[in-house]
Amino acid sequence: MGLTELSAVQLGKKIAAKEIRVREALDAVFAKTDASEGKYHCFITLDKEGAYRQAEQVQERIDAGVCDSMLAGVPMAVKDNLCTAGLRTTCASKMLAQFVPPYSAAAVERLQAAGAILIGKTNMDEFAMGSTTETSAFGITKNPCAEDRVPGGSSGGSAAAVAAGEAYYALGTDTGGSIRQPASHCGLVGIKPTYGSVSRYGLIAYASSMDQIGPLAKDVTDAAAVLELLCAQDPKDAVSVKREGTNFCGALQEGVKGLRIGIPKAYFGQGISEEVSAAVLRAAEEFKAAGAVVEMFDLAYVKYAVPAYYTIADAEASSNLERYDGIKYGYRAEEYADLHGLYRKSRSAGFGTEVKRRILLGTFVLSADCYEAYYLKALKVRRLIRQAFENAFADYDVILGPAAPATAPKLGESLQDPLQMYLADIYTVSANLTGLPAICLPCGKDRAGLPIGLQLTGRAFGEEVLFRAAYTYEKIRGAWQ
Amino acid sequence: MTAGNIIADDGYETVIGLEVHVELATKTKIFCGCSTKFGAAVNTQVCPVCAGMPGTLPVLNRRVVDYAIAVGLALRCEITRQSGFDRKNYFYPDNPQNYQISQLYAPVCQNGRVEIDTAAGGTKAVGIHEIHMEEDAGKLIHDGAAGITYVDYNRAGVPLLEIVSEPDLRSAEEVIAYLEKLRMYIRYLGVSDCKMQEGSMRADVNLSVRPIGSTAYGTRTEMKNLNSYTAITHAIASERMRQIELLKAGETVVQETRRFDEDRGVSYSMRSKEEAKDYRYFPEPDLPGLAISGEWIARIRSAQPEFRPEKMARYRKEYDIPEYDIAVLTENRALAEIFEETAALCGQPKKAANWLMGETLRLLKEQEMEPEEICFSPAHLAALIGLVERKVINATAAKEVFAVMFAKDVDPVEYVEEKGLQQEQDAGAVRQVCEQVLKDNPQSVADYLGGKDRALGFLVGQAMKASKGKADPGMVNRLLKELLQAK
Repeated sequence: MGLTELSAVQLGKKIAAKEIRVREALDAVFAKTDASEGKYHCFITLDKEGAYRQAEQVQERIDAGVCDSMLAGVPMAVKDNLCTAGLRTTCASKMLAQFVPPYSAAAVERLQAAGAILIGKTNMDEFAMGSTTETSAFGITKNPCAEDRVPGGSSGGSAAAVAAGEAYYALGTDTGGSIRQPASHCGLVGIKPTYGSVSRYGLIAYASSMDQIGPLAKDVTDAAAVLELLCAQDPKDAVSVKREGTNFCGALQEGVKGLRIGIPKAYFGQGISEEVSAAVLRAAEEFKAAGAVVEMFDLAYVKYAVPAYYTIADAEASSNLERYDGIKYGYRAEEYADLHGLYRKSRSAGFGTEVKRRILLGTFVLSADCYEAYYLKALKVRRLIRQAFENAFADYDVILGPAAPATAPKLGESLQDPLQMYLADIYTVSANLTGLPAICLPCGKDRAGLPIGLQLTGRAFGEEVLFRAAYTYEKIRGAWQ
Repeated sequence: MTAGNIIADDGYETVIGLEVHVELATKTKIFCGCSTKFGAAVNTQVCPVCAGMPGTLPVLNRRVVDYAIAVGLALRCEITRQSGFDRKNYFYPDNPQNYQISQLYAPVCQNGRVEIDTAAGGTKAVGIHEIHMEEDAGKLIHDGAAGITYVDYNRAGVPLLEIVSEPDLRSAEEVIAYLEKLRMYIRYLGVSDCKMQEGSMRADVNLSVRPIGSTAYGTRTEMKNLNSYTAITHAIASERMRQIELLKAGETVVQETRRFDEDRGVSYSMRSKEEAKDYRYFPEPDLPGLAISGEWIARIRSAQPEFRPEKMARYRKEYDIPEYDIAVLTENRALAEIFEETAALCGQPKKAANWLMGETLRLLKEQEMEPEEICFSPAHLAALIGLVERKVINATAAKEVFAVMFAKDVDPVEYVEEKGLQQEQDAGAVRQVCEQVLKDNPQSVADYLGGKDRALGFLVGQAMKASKGKADPGMVNRLLKELLQAK
């Protein structure tokens, strides 16, 4: 078995046992990127030099016995909307094409403190707006499972890098499904933790009230190990919380006997592909066979989740992206007549179509005449959806469903009909509107061999339950790929 | 100008509401740890957070809330128990994020009231609509010659309180009385120095006119950033006349924001209501809601100082000093507190008042200092008063000692000892000095004996000089007269 086929935890163990030097792991990873980046284009920036520098320091810490993290020395990738001190952070936008932050995201710092080796910054949809990684100003990324397909998005580069063996795991961000949907399309495990669990400091905001950082990983064990390192209250993020129940690795035990699993009927109506539906329901049967109590139930307000999500996300985005004005940093138009010309030209040229669409929509829904009819209405819907999930969790421990209505679409198909693309977020956005944790893991393939993802949603701060259920299913399902 | 009169003779009443911005004197900014100190080199008090860098997040400085609650309690407001911040979106280069974190939906204080003294000698209540917290913007520096504008973000993120009054004011005099009252409360609380010239207190004036007797409000205009009482008075007079002339000519007042040009004494339109910016306010998602507990309010309430009106009333009862002194001493809380302690220590309120109102205020003014910066302790001032009282030193020496005390808070007893400034109490020694002076100045002696009483003053002066200022001037005077009469 090649070195890059190991999981992150497997590699970490070998490095800890001094069977493998950190440098060797990096050599293997960069051999992969050299071979396949030309094909997949997972990265916007690869930092070989920096990676070897980190490797040397981490190896010293390991040798000195002062770095005992399970993931010490393991090469990983970071989505390019997470700031990395001294390393260009673009958000896949022309606007920030030259932006080198003087600080690192808290999540990146935590991983690096544990000895993680950052090898580069992954491609994504511009400012995390999109579901295919095709809105990137740095070119598209291809799905390593099928080169004519998108890897999903917006964390498509992170997903593709892990799927292609170019990184052992990667950080993604999830505002409406941007970790889980690409995990689904690339046959990976991805988890969006409970809102407030991982500090957002240094995450370039899309929609502040929903953005969360999480791992894209090869298996449930890796995802648990990474998320365990990430969860911590951070005084720099005022909405981050001090929480318990973060012994995710300890939660990796088989057994779902008595676990109550609810499946929203509305998730299997119009729009879902038969193969996805069948694979997800088959997984539900496996849970049942393992002793879980599985039921279909009526989850209220399912069809309002997408419109409420886009109203709120775009509103917040329109404000969050105001700072990109060509004045302080980022792209500035070369010629302009006056201040407003500078703003207009810089923003018109610096942002791509999808970003501009969402800024306009967000500006519209916050305008004085629409605020009540759109924005406040969406907040009300958000409260109702939260209530509906609370009601559901009175009866169930886990809500099971698909992560996406279909497997990875073909390159170039999705952007022509943005509304259709938005509607495909139906299964993922609720976790962001409610702040609840949700994990996605592969549960089968369609006839074309494309991965299908299963999504499990848990109670707030209930990741341990999700990890246990996902781990159990992974064992039942058997080896992937 | 007649605009200041409550009842003008032109049949119109002026209706004014104020929005007052007060820069809070917290050590650090409202959402980051940068210093708020005024006057630092450009862009030296800036971090990724207050520069609005990508990925950075605001964290509330809770001291700002302490200050807001304290001002709210002083202005008899209700404190909002579930408060929170909102974003006000507008593009301008002094605003690093192009939105300002402010409060719209649940301002920290609401429904307050301030009593002001009226020209007629009575008092009047002015309603406080709300007080909200927000961040200040940076400053633009225009280089006209080069055609370049620079931005200084030192001020970006400095905490502000905006105090919004009801439209209860009727004249420039009332406006100034109201501002003075706010200033007193805020300075007594120590939450801001309220310097209009430095911009730590700024006022926007909303003004409309209506025929006397009418209860409906006229259309109002807003005048922005008036930074002195003179500017406010002039702006009110000019805007009032402008609106009345419009109405008299059968035209209508347009709701708009106007800028007052103090040099020309006229205001001009900045933007009308139709052009008004849509700030697209929405709840700030980067900050959790702000819950203010009863304990929090109680903690602030228990630390509220005695304010000026109560202090003045107490002084009238406790100290035998003139009303003028009471007014001067209580104008500033630091000065009043030094007075109270000194008076208690030396038992001589009038003497304490004299030192503070005389030498202290003179030196403060001369050195452009605020009473808060006084370094000498009340104990030392009381000791100095004691030295004069016991005639250990004379008035001239006392002033000299005070100047040193003012500069570096020396112990006056030790200082007098060290420098040998004690008055010459030995009558024999003083008599010798006086005899020598008479001998050295025969012409003055002759003048005095010839009936020119003024010559005595000169001789006293010479004797004081000869004693190096240490003689008791009363004793010198008495001895000289004795010696002269003996001639």
